[in-house]
Amino acid sequence: MRKFPEYFTFWHIAGHYSLRFSAYLVLVFLMLPILVIVPLSFNAEPFFTFTEGMLSLDPDAFSLRWYQAIAQDQKWTLAIWNSFVVGIAAAILATGLGTLAAVGLASPWMPFKRLITALLLSPMIVPLIIIAAGMFFFYTSFNLVSTYPGLIIAHAALGVPFVIITVTATLTGFDRSLFSAGLSLGASPTKVFFDVVIPIIRPGVISGGLFAFVTSFDEVVLVLFLAGPEQRTIPRQMFSGLREQINPTILAVATLLVLLSIALLATLELLRRRSERLRGTSD
Amino acid sequence: MPEATSVTPDGLSREDARNAAREYRSRRWRAFLFVVPLLAFIGFSFVAPIASMLYRGVYNPTVASLVPETLEKLPSWQGEERPSDEILSIFALDLKRLANDRTSGQLAEEVNRALPGSSSVIKSSARKLRRVDDSELANNGAAILIDANAKWAEPEIWQALKKTGQVYTAGYYLTALDLENDPDGGIQRRETQIYVKLYGKTLRMALIITILTVILGYPLAYFMANSSSGTANLLMVFVLLPFWTSLLVRTTAWIALLQTNGVVNSTLLALGLTDAPLEMLYTQFSTIIAMTHILLPFMILPLYSVMRGIDPSYMRAAMSMGSPPIPAFLRIYLPMSLPGLSAGALLVFIISVGYYITPALVGGTDGQMISNIIAFHMQQSNNWELAAALGSLLLFLILALYWLYDRFVGAGNIKLG
Repeated sequence: MRKFPEYFTFWHIAGHYSLRFSAYLVLVFLMLPILVIVPLSFNAEPFFTFTEGMLSLDPDAFSLRWYQAIAQDQKWTLAIWNSFVVGIAAAILATGLGTLAAVGLASPWMPFKRLITALLLSPMIVPLIIIAAGMFFFYTSFNLVSTYPGLIIAHAALGVPFVIITVTATLTGFDRSLFSAGLSLGASPTKVFFDVVIPIIRPGVISGGLFAFVTSFDEVVLVLFLAGPEQRTIPRQMFSGLREQINPTILAVATLLVLLSIALLATLELLRRRSERLRGTSD
Repeated sequence: MPEATSVTPDGLSREDARNAAREYRSRRWRAFLFVVPLLAFIGFSFVAPIASMLYRGVYNPTVASLVPETLEKLPSWQGEERPSDEILSIFALDLKRLANDRTSGQLAEEVNRALPGSSSVIKSSARKLRRVDDSELANNGAAILIDANAKWAEPEIWQALKKTGQVYTAGYYLTALDLENDPDGGIQRRETQIYVKLYGKTLRMALIITILTVILGYPLAYFMANSSSGTANLLMVFVLLPFWTSLLVRTTAWIALLQTNGVVNSTLLALGLTDAPLEMLYTQFSTIIAMTHILLPFMILPLYSVMRGIDPSYMRAAMSMGSPPIPAFLRIYLPMSLPGLSAGALLVFIISVGYYITPALVGGTDGQMISNIIAFHMQQSNNWELAAALGSLLLFLILALYWLYDRFVGAGNIKLG
């Protein structure tokens, strides 16, 4: 039993426990849907629900057949390939341009800072369906619809805000006199940028790149409108699977994606700690 | 000593002031140069497409480019009876050309939107005119056209043609607001209200989702903010993992949970709480619950980051002086947590107003939102102009909310993780 301060009445203690109870309840609500799909993906039957055998832990009720189905279905393997190609290319594009811009935005002399920041962050706020409608009209006239470059620049535009946000966050503690010091010692601005600025903001750049990658990897609305059958990505394949023929292959893919997000989360946490250590703001 | 006249109010000499101003300008330029590549990229890939969509909502050259000769003559027509034989003959020639180019279907589709039923009139007439000789059409086009379909003798279809022939039109925006032009040139409400109702429903659903995320997110954020940092970090993992998990995965999970033979129904049946499975999937209910789940981290993260900065001794002080927990919370803690609350609520509301995927997958017919009808007009009914007009209205709504967000929270202050 926890010790409460003397002035605590019954209501304070009741409040404390009901708060704790409701907090855990919300956590269950957050995690349960994700935890449920993992065992369901090992279902031996083509259903989206637990069978009797699964509930009694009968080994025959579990199988890896849906994971094999992914590997054997050419649509899924193409989708996995596409997701990585488009995601990595879009992340590189967004990170390169976004890092440069974030360095400019962090400068105290930057003109129209508020307006430009709001503009560069707006792809995060504008509904995807509107972006998709606009891009479809516009990209058609440049023959970019149903091509890889079209999808990559579309996804890069969506990733830009995340790069701006993460890199700006690393730059807030950045000592600008380091830049002047480099220049005064005779280095060119480019050399100072790559040898001084980049190493310090690297954790922010990498996590911005990861955000941009995940944004592209998870995106489906633009793919629905801008991609042809050749550019179908994993979420696009899941979308049509959920609409047309629901089978546990989707759950197997979903489980793999959950594993991927755990790996990503761990990477980001490591980067955050590293960044805090480098900037000396660790708490 | 410089003379008094060459000194600026700052006490600098003219030359120093000029140099300082030049240095200031050049630094501004240098900072700006860093942003130029990205601005150009975003301008092409993002801003220009959206601007072209806004334009498309008012600009519709399709009909005008299909039957240019006819539309040149139509303005002189008063619109009460059918146009003159001359205009009919010109149109007959235009229509024959379209029939031979196989583009009469486009005209049929466009005019049909203004006057339902015109599609078959145009298509069947086009088929009949294809074999008629040009010179015969030029001389006797009006009779041949009316012979092909008697509707051409009535003014309605010509009014529809004239209306769709306008290159610049506010018609799609009016339709998107459930308004239409009345015959006298004024604006009146349409008989069937579709889109305003749908906007209303979308805003209502977004509001419900926002309120639910506050109800669920606030206690958890409060609990985390007042735990030891070890516990808080551990709990944070359980908030961030769903946040980082693909939204398709989370939507899939809700389908598995809520379907007729799904996990929730099986559990309810096994516990004897219900006799027959509940129909929960493909309703407004399933859309709201799945979106609440998906957007909950967007509420928790800003709330938590504000609450972490609130000194717990304020609450302790209030309670040690005899305040019961609820009044202490309402008068001390809640006002201090408002910045996080408003940031989270605005963010969740903005995102949910424009949501597409989850309603499309779990919403059925009842849970469709405005984004879904925009997609419908793009994919199924092929009415891109109406989709653009509906999208523009949604965009203005979102931009107004974004402006509010920027004013109260600051767009640059969005935190991730």
